[in-house]
Amino acid sequence: MPSDTPLLKVDELSSHYGPIQALFGVSLEVKQGELVAIVGANGAGKTTLLHTLSGVQKASGGQVFLDTREITKQKPHKIVAAGVCHVPEGRQVFAPLSVDDNLRLGAYALRKEKEWVEQELDNIYTLFPILNEKSAQSAGTLSGGQQQMLAIGRALLGRPRLLLLDEPSMGLAPLLVEEIFRVIQSLNDQGVTILLVEQNARAALGIANRGYVLETGKVVLSAGADELLKDEAVRRAYLGY
Amino acid sequence: MWDQILQFLITGVTVGATYALVALGFAIIYNASDVVNFAQGEFVMIGAMTAIALSAGDGGLPLPLALIGAVLITIAVGILLQRFAIAPARGASVVTTIIITIGASIFLRGVALLVWGKDIFAMPHFSGEIPLHIGNATLLPQNLWVMGGAALLVMGVHYFFNHTIIGKAILACSCNRTAAHLVGINVGLMMLVAYGLSAFLGAMAGILVAPITFTSYDAGVMLGLKGFSAAILGGMGNPMGAVAGGLALGLIESLAAGLISSGYKDAIGFIILLLVLFIRPSGMFGKVSAERV
Repeated sequence: MPSDTPLLKVDELSSHYGPIQALFGVSLEVKQGELVAIVGANGAGKTTLLHTLSGVQKASGGQVFLDTREITKQKPHKIVAAGVCHVPEGRQVFAPLSVDDNLRLGAYALRKEKEWVEQELDNIYTLFPILNEKSAQSAGTLSGGQQQMLAIGRALLGRPRLLLLDEPSMGLAPLLVEEIFRVIQSLNDQGVTILLVEQNARAALGIANRGYVLETGKVVLSAGADELLKDEAVRRAYLGY
Repeated sequence: MWDQILQFLITGVTVGATYALVALGFAIIYNASDVVNFAQGEFVMIGAMTAIALSAGDGGLPLPLALIGAVLITIAVGILLQRFAIAPARGASVVTTIIITIGASIFLRGVALLVWGKDIFAMPHFSGEIPLHIGNATLLPQNLWVMGGAALLVMGVHYFFNHTIIGKAILACSCNRTAAHLVGINVGLMMLVAYGLSAFLGAMAGILVAPITFTSYDAGVMLGLKGFSAAILGGMGNPMGAVAGGLALGLIESLAAGLISSGYKDAIGFIILLLVLFIRPSGMFGKVSAERV
């Protein structure tokens, strides 16, 4: 059940690509145990926002806090070590490396905790039996859905306090989308705090507690997921009915 | 005749082992950062020259200590090269980074020329110069040092990239840098490790072979080019292919020099390079990558 402590607090965050501004003072919060969705059209800045949270994209203004600790200017590997694990858009698995190696690299920051890594690896293989079956194959030979599972599993091996998911449904067949969303929901039920970015607004808001609508780098609306699903403007713009 | 051929084979494997180590250095840096480091030959020269300098004269260090010192200095040069010449050009095109590494190699050669002059230096053999006889062919103990040392280093590198998490993290940086960041790999540090490792291999090659071939400030030029040819022959970016390419190149050169004419020795290496580029640009063991998206 979501508690009231904000695990992630984003305050007036801005970011630029060279002279072009992509984020204009985005503020949001994710509480411990919540599943929060960010919906918006292509180019709204959703991926940029997640990249800025992970530190692979530089913030040009504003602050990001994990608990009370500021992580705005931290290097990406420090942010991962602090417990922010990111499943990037388009999966981004290490194609030539084996499935098993991909997962183990997810625990790179925790490589000294061997017992925990083996334990969690077992858990991931139980959660995604197909990955266990193909553990010795190179990740590039997996199908899109399997690669998405691998990318999620890899992030879980980073022992996330906050899991960032970028377009997990992209390019997947409808049945697979359903399965991926079921997995995301069950991870949240097990207590993983999740910030989910999706173009598939209906599916995302269907499992989220709360949602933010991002338009051209600004938050234009935020409310409970149910309210957003009923909102006239959101329905017209993002749900298509 | 057969004795002669055996002699050529011994020479070929020895030279080939050196090429293999240089080629391995090329492959590691290429794998980690997509950079073709044309200063690789300079690592070989710096390793050999500093080892000689540290051990020379009355106040010189004992040979083993001098060798360790030379290896450490070369590793430091490799790390500095990455940090101050390659890293600032992150995101530059392949041609730009190649020109940077060529510039770096000219710079390093210039420094070596200032420090050591144009003299040719010899290093003492590690364990004497009494040749061993196999049939009518002869083998110096140093030949065994080169072959054995190279074999151990190659096995070590193979183990590092296939069975250690740090080795795999370096590979991860090359296949997807953003994803490497996102799983918590310190990508900048991994680049330094890769350059340090390549410099280490270069220094070892230089030190092992210097007692046989002698060395001078410009010894790295030819070795670097031969190592590059070997890496291309084996398939750029395939470490074990680079090793096989090095051995093959060494053997072919030695046989051609012995059976045809020693004047063509160096030409052979480059003719092979051109043939590979024309006929099979992915090299002997270059993988055809299969990837689903």
